Amino acid sequence: MRRFETLLGLAAAVLMVVAAILAPWLKFVLTIALAKGIAVIGIMLLLRAGQVSFGHAVFIGLSAYAVAFLAPAVPEALVLLIAGTAVATVSGLLIGLFVSRYREIFFGMLNLALSMVIYSVLEKFYSITKGTDGIRVELPRFAGMALERADFEWAIFALALVLAIGFALFARLYLASPMGQALSAIKTRETRLEFMGVPARQVLLSAYVLSALMGGVAGALIAMTTRHVTPLLAYWTASGELVFIAILGGAGSVLGPFLGAVTFELVRIYAGAAVADAWQMILGGVLLAVILFAPGGLWGMIQGALRRRAAP
Amino acid sequence: MSEPLLSARGLRLAFGGVRAADGIDLDVLRGEFLAIIGPNGAGKTTFINMTTGYLRPQAGTITYEGQPITGLQPRAIVRRGVARSFQLPQLFTEHTVEENVALALAARDGVWSPLAPLLRPRWRDEARETLERFGLTALADARADALNEGARKLADIAMAVALKPRLLLMDEPTSGVAASEKMGIVETLVRVLREAKVTAVFVEHDMDVVERFADRVAVWSQGRIAALGPPAEVLADPVVQREVIGIERHA
Amino acid sequence: MAEWFQDNSGLLGLALLDGLASAGLIFLVAVGLNLVFGVLRIVNVAHGSLYAIGAYAAASVGIFFASLGLPAWASLPALFIAAALVGVVLGPLIERFILRRIYGQEEVLQLLVTFALFMILEDVQKLIWGVQPVQHDVAMRYLGTFDVPFAGDVVPFTAYQLFVLPGVALVVLVGLAWFLRRTLTGRVIVAVTTDREAATAMGIDARRVFLLTFTFGAILAALGGALSSPTGAIVPGIGPQTIVLSFAVVATAGLGQTEGAALTALMIGLGRSIAVYFEPELEVVVPYIIMLAVLLVRPQGLFGTTTTRRI
Repeated sequence: MRRFETLLGLAAAVLMVVAAILAPWLKFVLTIALAKGIAVIGIMLLLRAGQVSFGHAVFIGLSAYAVAFLAPAVPEALVLLIAGTAVATVSGLLIGLFVSRYREIFFGMLNLALSMVIYSVLEKFYSITKGTDGIRVELPRFAGMALERADFEWAIFALALVLAIGFALFARLYLASPMGQALSAIKTRETRLEFMGVPARQVLLSAYVLSALMGGVAGALIAMTTRHVTPLLAYWTASGELVFIAILGGAGSVLGPFLGAVTFELVRIYAGAAVADAWQMILGGVLLAVILFAPGGLWGMIQGALRRRAAP
Repeated sequence: MSEPLLSARGLRLAFGGVRAADGIDLDVLRGEFLAIIGPNGAGKTTFINMTTGYLRPQAGTITYEGQPITGLQPRAIVRRGVARSFQLPQLFTEHTVEENVALALAARDGVWSPLAPLLRPRWRDEARETLERFGLTALADARADALNEGARKLADIAMAVALKPRLLLMDEPTSGVAASEKMGIVETLVRVLREAKVTAVFVEHDMDVVERFADRVAVWSQGRIAALGPPAEVLADPVVQREVIGIERHA
Repeated sequence: MAEWFQDNSGLLGLALLDGLASAGLIFLVAVGLNLVFGVLRIVNVAHGSLYAIGAYAAASVGIFFASLGLPAWASLPALFIAAALVGVVLGPLIERFILRRIYGQEEVLQLLVTFALFMILEDVQKLIWGVQPVQHDVAMRYLGTFDVPFAGDVVPFTAYQLFVLPGVALVVLVGLAWFLRRTLTGRVIVAVTTDREAATAMGIDARRVFLLTFTFGAILAALGGALSSPTGAIVPGIGPQTIVLSFAVVATAGLGQTEGAALTALMIGLGRSIAVYFEPELEVVVPYIIMLAVLLVRPQGLFGTTTTRRI
């Protein structure tokens, strides 16, 4: 299964490049999907510990705003990526120190509440953040090169793809490590973990900070792709979408988040084009169907199909 | 006689009006198997909970290997070499039995260790070896939530033993186990613990088990120790027979 | 400090009156959410959508009544009729066909099912009522205004906000307390909330209780929306706004606490309206600040109780 996972991941990466070459408009969609997929890997880590955050979009938002604010002063994509990620990671550590004391519904609600505070600040302090109008992100250089818009978009797409592969591999190692195993032990028997000498809170906190970091990477990529940031990036419904993508893709594999993100973005675009005011309804219907009929998500469906072929 | 491994002095803890510990003084000697008996609600589990850091005594001190451990966090106490097992087995239900034990081994060596990837094969081998000692090899790949009660108890204790403790506290290792399996399980336990030179304190309701395997027995009654000594002596005491064993046999 | 209070006592008084009205609405929504969580153990993300649909439906029923030529006073009962309709139709539909299929499943799946419902209901609103603001304030205008003295002058408050909103909330609070303590069904709901295993072991038909409670919660959410409808324009997005606010109330109060939810709603309602008068930017943030402050000190909420796990 692990080899199949690797092969499928590589095949998907190649397919994405081909698709982006054949249909340039897809490049934009795929870049966003890859970015969200990276953020959803972070959600997946928390889900392993049985914790659902309904506020993780806030790390995407914080990083995106950091990029937008810094872009005029430091017009270099790679530096902006690092800066945005750093802002999200530090915020993740501060928020994580607080929320890692809580579990389950309280964990979810506190994340939600904190994200709403930050969302409101972004929305209300117009003089600094331009409120709901949002901020335009200036076109930065890429690795010192001043690129045309189209070339810059290619560069960000490539960057997103490389980062996605990197984070997927990292997450696979992490989940197989004792830290990753201890994460799912939090879900089933946290007390036992303490009686084995493992500080459960620190295990959860480190996963939380990692997830904020991944959200930060996603936020910076999204900011440089859409080149326009608004508070909606951090609204709780955006956080809900991240959890949605995690379940849609399936939590069984690090490919799940990307399967989910690509499907989510494509359904959103096609549904939006077909019925302008009902794309949310269609996405909601998809989500409902997945939970009720395929709780393992897309990855679970692929796995099931493989097993049936392996054992006829 | 050498200095005791664990000393409790004047432990007190009340929940509401119930005195779960009402001045407990107890020494656990190196290498011994000490059984704790007594009716339900006498405070036997509370003693284990206080010793392992789950509950903090309101008064009194606990000394382990000459160092005070009163009120430390469970994980700090485990690191010093005091492990416990549970009346209701606390297994990681999404993992296999082998993974459960391997995780305990990882916990012992440090889950943060940067050497983790290198240590994994060693943990796996050691987990298998531990399961073999407990006679659980056949169940190594079974998910922990699929086991019967006897196997769950053994797996629970195997995880505690994997931590390489010098003192192991077991809360009713044989409760809920079918009568036919009971003696087998206890024999396995005693063999493994003797081999590993682990001192053991165990709460037990079965007097046959106590008589056969305990070096000493402590009789708990309403948060106090009512009697302490070799099983033959203590269990023969008419007061103990009437007050404790009579109730036990009923219960 | 004391001086500041003296200087601003008039404004504080006005904020208090505003706060009572908004607290009443928040309470209705939050207590429904709380009740559903207590019994079903599901945090219903779509609860805010029921509020929004209640608001839209109230406007529609009001307009329909007017088109029948009914007098202006009929717009008041119209609010309650709309809320009951929404709750009685959508409640059983959602519980019976969707929620019932995911009881006992992982928490994240339950949460996501209601998130899916939320997404669907958001678009249902847009398809039925469009995206333009909807306004129907006959009920509020019918009751007229009430002059509140302020700084040697008077400020007209609508009697609707001054009396109807806090009044209905109070009636619901007292009625609910009576229902939960004195009636058989109420006691069953309390029993299932405190110990579901024991309650079902006693032979309580959990399914019936779940259906009943969810419908009841839906009615309360819709009632909150319906009562809010005369006070302003109904626009897309009030659902998601309302649900996060009621989450904050429920978490601050402690899960499963009815009277606690009322006091917390009052606190948050007042906090918000005071912010509106003195630091308008903070209005939206105040509830969450209160919640974070409370949970920092009391993780189980103001009125919640902790249980130690038995090991």
